[in-house]
Amino acid sequence: MVYCIGHTIISPLGEGSQANLEAVQAGRSGLKLYTHRFADVEPFCASLFDTPQSFVPLCIKSVEDAITNYQLQITNSKDTVFILSTTKGDNLDLITPAKTIAQHFGNPNAPIVVSNACTSGVCAQITAMRLLEAGLYRHAIVVGCDIQSRFIVSGFQSFKALSPEPCKPFSPDRQGLNLGEAAATIIYSQQPMANSQQPLWTLEAGSIHNDANHLSAPSRTGEGAYQCLKDVMEGITADQIALVGVHGTATMYNDAMETIALERAGLQDVPKSVLKPFFGHTMGAAGVVETILCAMQANKMVNDQMVNDQMVNVIKMLSGFGGVNAAIRLRCE
Amino acid sequence: MRVISEIEITPTSVVLNGKPIAVETTGEKMLVELYRRFAGDYPKFFKMDTLSRLGFIAAEILLKEPMANSPKPTAIILANRSASIKNDTDYMDTISDGKYYPSPALFVYTLPNIVTGEIAIRYQIQGETSFYILDKPEDLEQILLSTFNIQPSTSALAGWCECSYANTFYAKIQIIWNN
Repeated sequence: MVYCIGHTIISPLGEGSQANLEAVQAGRSGLKLYTHRFADVEPFCASLFDTPQSFVPLCIKSVEDAITNYQLQITNSKDTVFILSTTKGDNLDLITPAKTIAQHFGNPNAPIVVSNACTSGVCAQITAMRLLEAGLYRHAIVVGCDIQSRFIVSGFQSFKALSPEPCKPFSPDRQGLNLGEAAATIIYSQQPMANSQQPLWTLEAGSIHNDANHLSAPSRTGEGAYQCLKDVMEGITADQIALVGVHGTATMYNDAMETIALERAGLQDVPKSVLKPFFGHTMGAAGVVETILCAMQANKMVNDQMVNDQMVNVIKMLSGFGGVNAAIRLRCE
Repeated sequence: MRVISEIEITPTSVVLNGKPIAVETTGEKMLVELYRRFAGDYPKFFKMDTLSRLGFIAAEILLKEPMANSPKPTAIILANRSASIKNDTDYMDTISDGKYYPSPALFVYTLPNIVTGEIAIRYQIQGETSFYILDKPEDLEQILLSTFNIQPSTSALAGWCECSYANTFYAKIQIIWNN
């Protein structure tokens, strides 16, 4: 178990986790139609920053925001590791930006980039938990970020995976996904913050499973996703879960697969959080953005007494290309 | 962590557990030669990008060796420095100015973890598959140590799998048993 000691989200909906939560609660979406953003690319609907952002400065801003909000002085410590979650990094380069970010903060350790397709943001948190639990570091700064490009949009269009209008996850007439941009940071620690009233949340368990079925389509039985859910639910029951943050990309196959996996895990009646209609699919950032918002949504449910004392667990699940699935379980008290 | 077996593949050599395997060709042709010799029954190989072919061949040779008392790997944990850059470059050529025909067959390989998926499908490994981008191969050690710390009875196919340009690749992959 590791403690979250700080977090932030920077997205087209706002800067800071609270601003993003309020945007979601107000029903604001970052999705818009873009006709001329990238040359040759057909019009597409996505959630993009109004001013195109550069990858490294956006990541740095996100880390700075997280450490400033929580007054942390850990970035340059030898006990701190930087973990970057991204699929395409800075114009296809992943390791150089990770090193630049770590160096910017004076961090002496080799950074780690997790590149496990769309599950990267959850996998990066699992990597953080393992490194801290093994005693190799005391703190891990997990940064999730992806910037959209002609490369990515053309590829998803060639796959016919993009919806021409705002996506409708789990709707019978869903037409596909929308892409999105964001940067988000979660800082995990072996110990709760000394001056904090309570941990923001604890990361209790994580699991990664491959479907071993298809590279670009999920298992029809939801096998990998189900195995992940089963692993992270070890020791608890469905009635102790306040919320499941699903992937919910709004592609035909993903949402059908997740529905099957959730039913197999007995989670059909637990409330779900589906965030793609607000942020689009932010790829490497998705797992980080959505974990933060699910935890904040669950905290609100606890504070508003919408759930009982036992229902303090939150599950965040993701699936991606390469047949990979991942899930984590948080405790929000 | 105990290393059960190890393969090292360069564009001109293949070494299995310290013993060279003789090859007649080099570079990407050598991977096809190895496919014909060690697999031959998996035409999907020809759809793969070079990074996936490299990882696939390494797994094929490693797992073909009879291994006394060693279990089938339950996890696949690979890393490299340049992600899927070689195939990314090939995909870029399909969206170049004036020749815009984005290829879905190439796009699917523009993620480095696809090679872990290819091996998982071939061997029906439904455990963990993870891909890391690291500055140097030694940086993978702490990741493997901490992974095994949580999953004590894992056997994994783990190591370095890199293809930076056409005919430029390097794999050093091991079967590791943690019991």
